[in-house]
Amino acid sequence: MTKMVKSLAPKALAFLLLITLLCGVIYPLFVTGISQLLFPKQANGSIIEINGTKYGSELLAQQFTGNQYMWGRVMNLDTKTFQSKDGKTLLYATPSNLSPASDEYKKLIAGRVAKIKAADPDKANTPIPEDLVTCSGSGLDPHISPAAADYQISRIAKARGISADKVHEIVLQYTNRKLFGIFGEDTVNVLQVNLALDGILK
Amino acid sequence: MNTAMECILYLAVLILLAVPLGTYIGKVMNGEPVFLSKVILPIENATYRMLKIEKEEQMTAKKYSISVILFSVFSFLVLFLLHLLQGVLPLNPESLPGTSWHLAFNNTSSFVTNTNWQSYSGESTLSYFTQMLGLTVQNFASAAVGIAVLFALIRGFIKVKETGLGSFWVDTTRTILYILLPLSLVISIALVSQGVIQNFSSYQTVTLVQPVTLQDGTKITQEVVPQGPAASQIAIKQLGTNGGGYMGTNSAHPLENPTPFSNLIEMLSILLIPAALCFTFGRNVKDKRQGVAIFLAMFILLCSALAVIAASESGASPQLAQNGAVNVSSVGQAGGNMEGKETRFGIAASSTWAAFTTAASNGSVNSMHDSYTPLGGMIPMLLMQLGEVVFGGVGCGLYGMIGFAILAVFIAGLMVGRTPEYLGKKIEPYEMRMAVLVCLATPVAILIGSGLAAALPQTVQSLSNKGAHGFSEILYAYSSAGGNNGSAFAGFNANTVFGNVSIGLIMLFVRFVPMLATLAIAGSLVQKKRVAVSAGTLPTHNAMFVGLLIFVVLLIGALSFFPALALGPIAEYFQMLG
Repeated sequence: MTKMVKSLAPKALAFLLLITLLCGVIYPLFVTGISQLLFPKQANGSIIEINGTKYGSELLAQQFTGNQYMWGRVMNLDTKTFQSKDGKTLLYATPSNLSPASDEYKKLIAGRVAKIKAADPDKANTPIPEDLVTCSGSGLDPHISPAAADYQISRIAKARGISADKVHEIVLQYTNRKLFGIFGEDTVNVLQVNLALDGILK
Repeated sequence: MNTAMECILYLAVLILLAVPLGTYIGKVMNGEPVFLSKVILPIENATYRMLKIEKEEQMTAKKYSISVILFSVFSFLVLFLLHLLQGVLPLNPESLPGTSWHLAFNNTSSFVTNTNWQSYSGESTLSYFTQMLGLTVQNFASAAVGIAVLFALIRGFIKVKETGLGSFWVDTTRTILYILLPLSLVISIALVSQGVIQNFSSYQTVTLVQPVTLQDGTKITQEVVPQGPAASQIAIKQLGTNGGGYMGTNSAHPLENPTPFSNLIEMLSILLIPAALCFTFGRNVKDKRQGVAIFLAMFILLCSALAVIAASESGASPQLAQNGAVNVSSVGQAGGNMEGKETRFGIAASSTWAAFTTAASNGSVNSMHDSYTPLGGMIPMLLMQLGEVVFGGVGCGLYGMIGFAILAVFIAGLMVGRTPEYLGKKIEPYEMRMAVLVCLATPVAILIGSGLAAALPQTVQSLSNKGAHGFSEILYAYSSAGGNNGSAFAGFNANTVFGNVSIGLIMLFVRFVPMLATLAIAGSLVQKKRVAVSAGTLPTHNAMFVGLLIFVVLLIGALSFFPALALGPIAEYFQMLG
């Protein structure tokens, strides 16, 4: 037994080192090289950069609260984890991990419903699409459903003094369809819509 | 209706891909030529020359086991040190410090055992160096070890009156070179094309379009965009039933799983190899029907689980629906319970992932299981409690299920009063004792672990929900560890000394006890003669056996866990309606 262990141990260690080289160094470097060559934008975080300003990542939500902006999923803000090099707080978000079946949850949702209705009294009797009152799986979901976008069009148009058709056109422009018409869901990218509303994205 | 259609299509694509892959894996592990041989065979042979590995070596069960253990011990030591020392190692642009000893112990146990439970958030805790040279390597290694042991067991069934089970080094090398690496390469590049990050830059900051003012008056004007070599790690964590996310929120994070297409790839990758191995098994024991029977038993359990999850999640809780003030219909949106789910995935893709990831012992998530409806969250928990044999981990899920098959033929043998046999080998008391170890390690570990945790007063501070759901969070955590799964009701904070150590120990126990017991079975079977099929032989490829196997799996799972589930999710279900 001891003899077998002694004779096998160097082989086990050498084997681990070889795998480390192959799977831990060569493989990720190779994938990085190809990715940077073929898909540089995607591989670096899909960042929207216009005239030198980085407005965000297409894939990470930002929090919008003004009536002139389209709102996204509820964000459970995390302002403790990341700081910039000069010590400023950086925004990030996490999921709620709350059970949707508790009394606390019921109160939480009721509060969000009241807030949204207060911002748009014209729609007091229209049920609010659930994306606007629920927190996503990542906390950083960049999308909402077409229903949740449509619900906000009249509010945004009114706040900006533009026609609802114009807002609708922008929403359609940043709507992604299901894969092959069946996999996943139709989505509207909130950040892109807002950048287009502000005239930054054209 | 659309939800059902989408789920069914996912299953159909899975089977279409798994059948040919099963044949490919079978050829590779027997050393038969495949289409990649021209490219890979020279690398394979060079590996053997460099490490003085004898290609045709036939190890005894003892030697095979010692090789597995030694390899895992070294893996453990290296990974443990990487965690503690990452602060002084290179590739650490965010200057992250070494982790605590207990987090290092937990995470090392987790990745060496193919569990990939995570008590921490990857993007804020681990350096690129640790993620690549530590975690990515173990994603490959732990998966390959599981597959290697499965093939040692298969050789135990097909060889007659011999002692050799093949070489652990050769099995592991072939698994990595021919199966895991090529698939990972293709998948990681496909993922990057969808927006998964793959670089070595430091984290980016972007300017918020609308600054955020916190309640204390702090104004935040910038957001962080995490970076790093993510895609290369994500591909293998899906394929190798590892599941440990690059990001804390795993494949729910938009930079880890950005589109419905990336989701399709990642989700199919979860079950691709475990499902393919069923067909490999049938091929390599030279009776395809045996593989199909095992596949069907697993598939029926998977479909039933998926149906319950999808049905539960398609309906919103009354607490969310607010008497009609919230629109939870599926017109223009996914509808149902969207708390903790991403808009781009909706109900069908989230439920299917939840079923796949807990059926396989993968444990990655694309939605937060903690926020599932009570019954929707109970099923993933139950799938793990069944011992991760509904496909389960790569290799280990199937040898676990073969353990249950041995139990099933034994029970059937008792009923008719004949010595039980499986695949032409007599099942005697020694094999039975070992099979019991394979099948009972998980329930014993889960019940003791969650029992202890629930009894400790400080555990309350780790919970993010109260009452029955709080208990579910504890039960889920220990079920995840006890099934080597790694998914979580993520509101549970396990990053405490007790949490990290107890969960770490359970993961090691449920990985290595069944694995060594399996090798012991293989070592015993390989020496036996083949018994001829007679009128008294119980056929193990027909519908009756499939039913019997499902019955035995459910019997052990249901008897062990029904009381605990009644206190957690079932109690919560009635409260929700209440």
